[in-house]
Amino acid sequence: MQFWLIQTLNSLALGGLLFLLSSGFSLIFGLQRIPNLAHGALFMLGAYIGTSLLAREVDFWLAAPLAGVLVGLLGVALERLVLRRLAGNEQGQVLVTLGVAFIIADLCLLVWTGDPIPVPAPEGLRRPVFLFGFAFPTYRLVVLGIAVAAAIGLFLLMERTRLGAMIRAGVDDPEMARGVGIRVSGLFTTVFCLGVALAGTAGVLGGPILSAYPGLDADMLPLALVVVILGGVGSLLGAFVGSFVVSSIYNFGTALFPDLAYVILFLPMVLALVFKPEGLFGRVRA
Amino acid sequence: MASDAAALSLSGVDSFYGDSHVLHGVGFALRPGRLLALLGRNGAGKTTCLATIMGFLRPRRGEIRLYGERISGLSPEAICRRGVGLVPQGRRVFRSLTVRENLAVAARGRGPWTVERVFELFPRLRERHGQLAGSLSGGEQQMLAIGRALMGNPRVLLMDEPSEGLAPQIVAEVGRIIGRLNAEGLSIVLVEQNVKMTLGLAHDVVIINTGAVVFEGPVEEARRDEARLAQHLGVF
Repeated sequence: MQFWLIQTLNSLALGGLLFLLSSGFSLIFGLQRIPNLAHGALFMLGAYIGTSLLAREVDFWLAAPLAGVLVGLLGVALERLVLRRLAGNEQGQVLVTLGVAFIIADLCLLVWTGDPIPVPAPEGLRRPVFLFGFAFPTYRLVVLGIAVAAAIGLFLLMERTRLGAMIRAGVDDPEMARGVGIRVSGLFTTVFCLGVALAGTAGVLGGPILSAYPGLDADMLPLALVVVILGGVGSLLGAFVGSFVVSSIYNFGTALFPDLAYVILFLPMVLALVFKPEGLFGRVRA
Repeated sequence: MASDAAALSLSGVDSFYGDSHVLHGVGFALRPGRLLALLGRNGAGKTTCLATIMGFLRPRRGEIRLYGERISGLSPEAICRRGVGLVPQGRRVFRSLTVRENLAVAARGRGPWTVERVFELFPRLRERHGQLAGSLSGGEQQMLAIGRALMGNPRVLLMDEPSEGLAPQIVAEVGRIIGRLNAEGLSIVLVEQNVKMTLGLAHDVVIINTGAVVFEGPVEEARRDEARLAQHLGVF
């Protein structure tokens, strides 16, 4: 019983992290029509920046958003200086994001070395809470709560504000959106910045669960890809549901059938691409 | 042909889709408050012409002016903000936005047009204000596409086949609305397959054939010359 409960909770916490990572990935994919393959690397960069901030005695709850802001600013530079120049050349843009992913990974290796850096959970959340006779790791519950709060915040932004409606219009029909006066390229920058900032923040929040290590980017990016393809490109609800589905498949798959973990993870993606390429909640074909 | 008195003028406009040369030195002028019908067979370049005015395509040569100000070369959002509205072919409403959101995202500039006023023009849209645009009927989507273009408070409205694929009753209603907007002073370029309805609304006619203007003149003159209409538009 404890096994199932703990695995479920682990899945929920990982799902929360995945949502923070994949919601931005999905919005960028939906609006700019490109998978930002640097998204995993920016998550990892966030995690490493977090370790440096924590090492300088910055409070954990300040370090996480601060790392998000720094990664977000890097995202603005990447979007404005590189991706913008390749507008219309989607293949070029995708390849550039892949190149940037490698560059970030290499620079991280240079700066933070190859040793994994453990990230302690914030003081006060290190002891488990006991509910119904079971021990629950408190920090993971908090991560789940933050992800749910972020999901609600993003939902309100996307569904209840004019900015959100303009972003959705840009996802629906970017050319026509420009034709009614929406500055779609400005929206691109805003969404790109927001999306990668979320990834950077998620990197720090994921630290106590995953720690920071070389290869973290390559571990996380495929998960985000599966989430977005399963849930539907550009769909927040899809990213939300997809995150928890994928994290459950991944956690239980690894625990129960460790040899088949990747088959179990990627098979749904392959099936989705073949039979429902717009995903569970999406409108745009992946 | 460009003149300062024109609301919209094109002169010597060449446009390409990729490598294919679609518009060859197109020039015509829309005078303020008039309705200009842009006619031609399928593939003659009418839609390309509107796409070029709107900035979706950059003309390789020639220039486009809005009340004397050069707009060719500007981005579509800048052209919209200077006062050109587009009701595109196929309506292209934002399907995952509600009716009200479709109108709200297009609100620009100062002028008479607000969501409330669009709802007065199309009471049906008010009834459907919270519904997703993708779930509307074709006629309702057309009303929304017109309303959305009006929300930009345009000085010139471009309309690309607003009657396409609509039931005859709705076509008549759309025709009445176009006439009413024009009567209120809005300058309109109307592209239509429905020549009969269009000649009933237009003051001026421009006919293009394989990407070049073959006739420009008042509607009475176009009507008189049925042979020419038949030659360039097919039998009607």
